[in-house]
Amino acid sequence: MTPALSPTVIEPRHDSSTSVPPPSPVTTYVHRFDAKTRALHIVIMVTFLGLSATGMPLLFSDAPWARVLAALFGGFHGAGVVHRLMGAILLGAVAWHLIDVCWRAFVRGETGLFWGPTSMVPQPRDFTQFWQQMQWFFGKAPYPNYEHFTYWEKFDYLAVLWGTLLMGAAGLVLWFPEAASRVLPGWMFNVALFVHGAEASLAIGFIFVVHFFNGHLRPGKFPMDLVIFTGAVSEQELKHERAGQYARLVETGDLARMTVPAPAAATERRGRIVGTIGLALGVGLFGLILLAVLR
Amino acid sequence: MTGEGTATRPSPNLLGILLALILTAAAGVADAQTVAVKAPANDDCLACHSDPDVKRANGTSLAVDPSVFEHSKHGPLACVDCHQDLAKVQEFPHAEKLAKVSCSTCHDAEAAKYHDSIHAWAKEKAGLTAAAPACADCHGSHNIKGPDEATSRVSRANIPATCGSCHQGVDAKYQTSVHVAAIKHGDAAPVCTDCHTAHTIQRADTPAWRLSVANECGTCHGEVVESFRRTFHGKVTELGFTRVAACADCHGAHDILPAANSASMVSKARLVETCSKCHQGANESFVKYDPHPNPHNYARSPLMWWVNRFYVVLIGGCFGFFGLHSALWFRRSWRNGKDRS
Repeated sequence: MTPALSPTVIEPRHDSSTSVPPPSPVTTYVHRFDAKTRALHIVIMVTFLGLSATGMPLLFSDAPWARVLAALFGGFHGAGVVHRLMGAILLGAVAWHLIDVCWRAFVRGETGLFWGPTSMVPQPRDFTQFWQQMQWFFGKAPYPNYEHFTYWEKFDYLAVLWGTLLMGAAGLVLWFPEAASRVLPGWMFNVALFVHGAEASLAIGFIFVVHFFNGHLRPGKFPMDLVIFTGAVSEQELKHERAGQYARLVETGDLARMTVPAPAAATERRGRIVGTIGLALGVGLFGLILLAVLR
Repeated sequence: MTGEGTATRPSPNLLGILLALILTAAAGVADAQTVAVKAPANDDCLACHSDPDVKRANGTSLAVDPSVFEHSKHGPLACVDCHQDLAKVQEFPHAEKLAKVSCSTCHDAEAAKYHDSIHAWAKEKAGLTAAAPACADCHGSHNIKGPDEATSRVSRANIPATCGSCHQGVDAKYQTSVHVAAIKHGDAAPVCTDCHTAHTIQRADTPAWRLSVANECGTCHGEVVESFRRTFHGKVTELGFTRVAACADCHGAHDILPAANSASMVSKARLVETCSKCHQGANESFVKYDPHPNPHNYARSPLMWWVNRFYVVLIGGCFGFFGLHSALWFRRSWRNGKDRS
C-alpha cells in the first residue's frame, strides 16, 4: 500500500472496522485462554446446565417442581433423551481434551503440562499459597503471588475432570445395564445410580455456588470474569491477580510475545450475554435444589 | 301453570285470567287427591312377595323372605322407599316392569364414585349390561348387610368370593397367593378392594392406577416401597412415567408369592425370566441388582452403606471447606472495598 495511490484505496479491514476499537494505549491485554480452551468451557457450560436441568427431576423426583422441569423437555422421556445426548457430548469433549493433552505432552513434548508454573498438577507451591491465602483472609499476609493457575482453579479443573469421568462411567452403566452386566455384577447398578446422584449433587452445588463465587460473583469480579469468553486478561489485572506469573513473563521476556489486542466489544458483549444466561440458569437450578432440600 | 297461561298472551284479557284460574284450581284438586292416596305398606307387598313361588312371566323368582329383609341393613325401611314408583300404584298386582331402584337417592357419594369406575363405564357406555356389576350385584338387594357383618357379601372375608363370582380366573390365582395364606393364618393382608378400591375400580393398565398402586402396597410394606422410591424404577414412576417397573411388574399381582417360593416371580430360579420382560439379555450377573437397596441398613446393603458414608463425608467436607473459604474471602474483599482479589 503506497500513499501515491488514489484516495479511494481500500483500507485493510481492521483499520476501517468500527466494531473493533483500536487498543487503548493505556490498557494492554495478555493472552490467557486459547480458542480450544474457550470452546471447551462453552461446551462444558452448556452440557452441564443441560445435564443438571434434565437430571434434577429424577434426583429430586419427590420435589414439587420435578414434573414441571421434566415437562420443559417434553416429559420424563424427553428429559432422558436430552440427558443422554448432553452426556455423550460432554464425554466426547472431555475425551477430546484428554487426547489433546496427551498429544501436546507426548508428541509435541510440552513437559510443562505435568509440572511447573503452567501445569494443572497440584504442587508444593499450591499448599503454601493456600496457607498464605488463609492468612490474607485475616489480613496477616499479602495476597499470594499466584502463577498461571491458583490452587482453587486446579481444584475446579481436576474436580470437573474426575467428576465427568466417574459420572460418565456410571451413566454409561445405567444407560446400557444389559451390556454392562456382562462385565459387572448387577449390584454395581445400585452403586452406579447412587454415585451418579451423589457426584451430581456435589458437582451442581460446587459449580453453582463455589465456582460461580470464586470465578465470577465475588467482589472484584462481580458480575462475571469475561476472560474465559474473550481469552485475554488486562495486564493490570494480571499483575494484580497473578503476580508470580506476571513476574515470570517479564523475566523471560514472554510478556511481549503474549500481548494481544484488547478484546473486541462484540466479543465482550457476546461473552457477557452467554455468561449472564449461564449464571442465571445455574443460580435458578440451585434455588430449586434449596427448595427441595429445605422444604 | 298460571305463569304459562298469562305469558303466552301478549295482552292479558278477562278470558285469559279466567282460564288461568280454572287451570290452577284443577291442579290443586289433583294434588289433594295424590296426597290422599296411601302408599302400600310392607305388609301389602309381602302379601304376595312372601310367597316363595311368586314368579315373573319368564319364571324368575320374585319372592322376598321377610325375615331376611328385616335382618338386613335396610330392615327399617319401607319397600317403597327404594321401589319409589310403587308408592303411587293403586291396583295390584302391579305392572311387572318397574323403574330401576336408584341407590343414589341415599348413597350419593358412593354412586358418584361408582359412576367414575370401569364397572359403570362398562354398564352405561360399553353396553355390557348383563356382565358389569351395579350396586346390587356386589351388595345384594333385600339381603344387604354392612361390611362389618360376617355374612355380608362385602365383608372382608367374602369380598374375594363376591368379586370372584365374575372374575373367576383372578380369584383362582389370588387363592394361591401369599396374601390369602396370610389371611388364613390370621394376619392382616389385602383383599380385592384394598388395592382396587370398592367403588372407584379402574382398569389396572391405566397410568393413574399403575402410579398409585405402589402406595397401596406401601400401606403394609412401607420400608420396601420406600427403598423402591430410591431406585431408578421408583424415581421414574414418581415422575409419572409408567414404562418402568412398579411393584406388580416384578412381584406379580394376584398370584404374588414370597421370594422363598420357587414359583414366585422374584425367586432365584425365575429372576432372569422376570427381569428379561423389560431387560432383554438380562443374565445371572444382571439379576444381582438389588431393586430395594437401603444405604442406611448395613445388614441389607453393606456396600451401599459404605458408599453413602463416603459421600456424606466428601460432600460435607467439600461444601464445608469451600463454603468457609468463600465466606472468608467475601468478608476480606468486602473490607478491602472493590479493590481486586
